[in-house]
Amino acid sequence: MAEVLFFLTAIATLGGAVGVIALRNPFYSVLALVVHLISLAMLFLLLRAEFVAAAQVIVYAGAVMVLYVFVVSYVGGSEEPIGVGPSRGFRVASVAFGGALFLVLAIAILGSGLKAIDSQGAPYVSGFGSPGAIGKLLLTDFLLPFEVASFLLLVAAVGAVTLARRRGGLETPGELATYSALDFLRPAGTGTMAEGVGGRRRLPAATPESGTEDARA
Amino acid sequence: MNIAWFLTVSALIFCVGAGGVMTRRNPLVVLLCLELMLNAANLALIAFSRMHGNHDGQIFAIVVMVVAACEVTVGLGVIVAMYRRRVPIDVDELRELQG
Repeated sequence: MAEVLFFLTAIATLGGAVGVIALRNPFYSVLALVVHLISLAMLFLLLRAEFVAAAQVIVYAGAVMVLYVFVVSYVGGSEEPIGVGPSRGFRVASVAFGGALFLVLAIAILGSGLKAIDSQGAPYVSGFGSPGAIGKLLLTDFLLPFEVASFLLLVAAVGAVTLARRRGGLETPGELATYSALDFLRPAGTGTMAEGVGGRRRLPAATPESGTEDARA
Repeated sequence: MNIAWFLTVSALIFCVGAGGVMTRRNPLVVLLCLELMLNAANLALIAFSRMHGNHDGQIFAIVVMVVAACEVTVGLGVIVAMYRRRVPIDVDELRELQG
C-alpha cells in the first residue's frame, strides 16, 4: 500500500515539477507548482512528518501560491514567444547539465556509507512529527533560530512593501484633480504619509475654501 | 519504502529545478524553479530525519520554508517594481544594477 502511494505521489510530484519548467504560460506554471507542492506534502506524510506536511499545504500551497497568482495576474503573465527563447544549443546544454547533476547525486546516494539508507528508517515511535513534538523543540533547543526566522519574516515584509510601493505618488492627472473628503476634514498643518515622502502635491494647509478654489481653477 | 527512493525523487526534483533556472527567461518562472530546488532539499532533509528518527531535520525544513517565503516576497516585490518602471520582464535583458 505504501509503495503504491509512494509511486503515485512521486509521479505527481515529478509531473508537477516538469510542468513548471515546460509550460509556456507562467500562470499554468504556478498551477503546476501547486500540484507539485500538494503531492510533495503527501510524500512528507509518508515520511511521518505530519506537521511539516500541514505547514506545506497551508503556507506554500495556500499563501505563497496566492501571492504568485496575484503577481502573475498583475504583471500580465506575458507568454514567452516561441521562437525567441534560448538557443537550441543552450537548451541542450542545460538539459545535459541537469542530467549530469542527477548523475552526481545518484552516485552520492548509491555510494554513501549510510547503512540505514536502504531501510525504512528508524522504528516509528508514537508522536513522531506531531505538532506537539515540533513545537516543543522549537521553543527549547531551537529557540534562537525560531526567533531569528520571525525577525527575518518581518524584514522581508517591510522590504517587499518598500520595493513594491508606488513611487512618486499619484501621478495621473485624473487622480491629481480629485479630492477626497479627508482633504477638507483634517486639521490644518497635518499631512499624510504620501505627502511626507514628497509624493503627492497638497493643498496649502489653509482653510477648506481655498482648496476648493484650487480644484476648480 | 526505503529512504533511498525518497532521496532519488529529491535529486530528480532538484535537477528539474536547476534545468529550469537555466532555460527559462521569465523571472517569475525562475523564482518558481528556485522553489522547486528548495522543496527538493526539504524532501531530503525530512527523509534523513525519518532515517535517524530525529526531529532536527524537520525543524531545518521549517526554517527553509520560512526563508523561501521571505525570498518569494522580496523577489515578487522586485518584479512588481520592475513592472512599474516598464523594465522588460526578462532575465536576459536585466544585466545592470543601474535602474
